[in-house]
Amino acid sequence: MPTSDRSNSCGNPVSLEVLQTNAPRVALAALDTLWFQVGGTICNLRCHHCFISCSPENDKFRFLSLDTCVGYLEESRALGVKEYYFTGGEPFANPEMCDILERTLEFGPATVLTNATLFRDAILDRLQFIDNASIYSLELRVSLDGYSAEMNDPIRGEGTFDRAMDGVRKLAARGFLPILTIARTWDGPDDDVLAAFVKLLRENGYQRPRLKILPLLKLGAEVNRSGGYGAGDFVTHTMMREYDQSRLVCSAARLVTDQGVWVCPILLDSPDAKMGDSLADALRAYPLRHAACYTCWQYGAICSNVASAATASTDA
Amino acid sequence: MSDALQFKTTESPSATRAAPSHRRVAVLGGVYSNYLALEEAIKDARRRNVEAIYCLGDLGAFGPHPDRVFPILIDNDVQVVRGNYDDSIGRGLPDCQCGYTDPRDNHFAAVSYRYTYQQTNERWRPWLAGLPTELRMKIGESRVLLCHGSPRKTNEFLWESTTSTQFLERLCRDHDADVILATHTGIKWRRDLDDDRLFVNVGVLGRPENDGRTNVWYAILEAPSHRTTNEYKHLATESAKRQSATSFANNANDVPQPTERGSHEVLKHGTDKYAVSQPAKGIHVEFVPVSYDHERLAAEMRSEGLPSEFADTILSGHWTTCLEILPGKERRRGRF
Ligand code: SF4
Ligand code: SF4
Ligand SMILES: [Fe+2]
Repeated sequence: MPTSDRSNSCGNPVSLEVLQTNAPRVALAALDTLWFQVGGTICNLRCHHCFISCSPENDKFRFLSLDTCVGYLEESRALGVKEYYFTGGEPFANPEMCDILERTLEFGPATVLTNATLFRDAILDRLQFIDNASIYSLELRVSLDGYSAEMNDPIRGEGTFDRAMDGVRKLAARGFLPILTIARTWDGPDDDVLAAFVKLLRENGYQRPRLKILPLLKLGAEVNRSGGYGAGDFVTHTMMREYDQSRLVCSAARLVTDQGVWVCPILLDSPDAKMGDSLADALRAYPLRHAACYTCWQYGAICSNVASAATASTDA
Repeated sequence: MSDALQFKTTESPSATRAAPSHRRVAVLGGVYSNYLALEEAIKDARRRNVEAIYCLGDLGAFGPHPDRVFPILIDNDVQVVRGNYDDSIGRGLPDCQCGYTDPRDNHFAAVSYRYTYQQTNERWRPWLAGLPTELRMKIGESRVLLCHGSPRKTNEFLWESTTSTQFLERLCRDHDADVILATHTGIKWRRDLDDDRLFVNVGVLGRPENDGRTNVWYAILEAPSHRTTNEYKHLATESAKRQSATSFANNANDVPQPTERGSHEVLKHGTDKYAVSQPAKGIHVEFVPVSYDHERLAAEMRSEGLPSEFADTILSGHWTTCLEILPGKERRRGRF
């Protein structure tokens, strides 16, 4: 079983370990979503659970430049990409972030995964302008891990709750409707926790809060429930039989980094997940040889703004 | 369950049948049991001399008395595409396949689904399950594909603000269509694509579109006028001659005015030449507002024990539920 308790900013628990041989391959059905590792691994925060250990010093992956992004945006046009996602590190640590978004919104809708701690007025002015000028939506997804500093800060770092709430307040004041993503770190029903979040956000001037709870891997229970597949660390050929592959990010997405194109954002730290330098290089099938793939297999594409029907299904 | 929605378009018999050809058609979106709006829309479309009426599915949900919708469609010879709701009710699935994740949205979706399921007579289920997942027709020269969500997935949401133009162009290429018509989101919009292709989300009849108005919408599509390209060129030349002889004040009266699609625009600046761009397959799209007795519908919803939130939407024109699926841009236009 994956034993790591780290997760990325999308809440996907990830563990990096030995690779499986002869793994089932997932074809790219279509390139619907193009991710940009626009912040590299550079972040103003250093959350304990950050699966790629982003920090101010980690420059294993560097900021994407505007020119690089535009090159890939142009290449993406012929492939019919539907929407663009931006992650990091912290995207707004990248000094070219607003220029990149402005160009992106000429091509399609954009979603930015941010910690909301770097929203200076100049950035917000720009974002508002860019958003108003496009027919496409600019979505901001803010990760929070609790509705109080007591709940959030032990995970995301001292003072981060207040700083993120300050960012949310500023966004709300300008009419943005950020999506707050919350990793499900509690047991039992969601209602009370959701109600607490809604109350908190309304008190902070965000009247129509959009909230999204991201599932966390519940190892024991889940494995027992999905028994019959001979559950193990890896995705097997049997598990892929009659499985709806559209649940997997890698069936419809690729990730652009400053070092080439990766199969998905989850495997950023895995050199074998690099597929080439252009999008054209990266369109082939990818073998699900990582333990992280097993998590994806169970939970599906939980990174999108609206979870797939599969994720939301009552039988999931 | 999601694989229920992956039904392959190749299964659809419509692909092999010869596609009917029309000049002027009405296309209705989700009905959501709003039989009162459906009746009005059909009457209105007939008044406007359409040759055929199509409906893109989601017949039940939200409103009262789902069984009242089917006879209206059948009696009026409306060609219907199977929506996710129709698929669920028809095949007895546990939910409506809308894919909500928000608990509040899920709650209301479940209430609505349970009611619709219970109130849909058994005898309609095979009919619903047997509806085609896509239909094909021609409008003028254009090959038109009618689907519910998208041509590749019945419950795919295609919102204006989250669907890139190149993605729609890819759908047209992949599905051999010049025009794609869809519904499912609840808000109408259109996008002109390359090579004179076109995407139209026709909106829905089931509930107002979150803009504070109580009317609902459908679409009329019409083939471009019978004039040929040469006739346009001739008109342009004549007009140019006349205008260079007079003034620029009142230009191009004889030249077909730009349609909504803007495809035969008169280029009037910069040169001595007047040109009319290719009139194209330029289908004319008109979104038609439909008023109906919404107060009666709301009253019936209440007396059927449906949530008052639903009736509020009908009366106010603002969505009160299913808000999670709205992208930021569309959501901001509403009140909640
Ligand atoms: S804010 Fe996000 S990228 Fe930065 S350290 Fe925390 S989890 Fe990692
Ligand atoms: S981690 Fe998930 S998205 Fe990435 S290759 Fe594995 S299954 Fe696909
Ligand atoms: Fe639908």
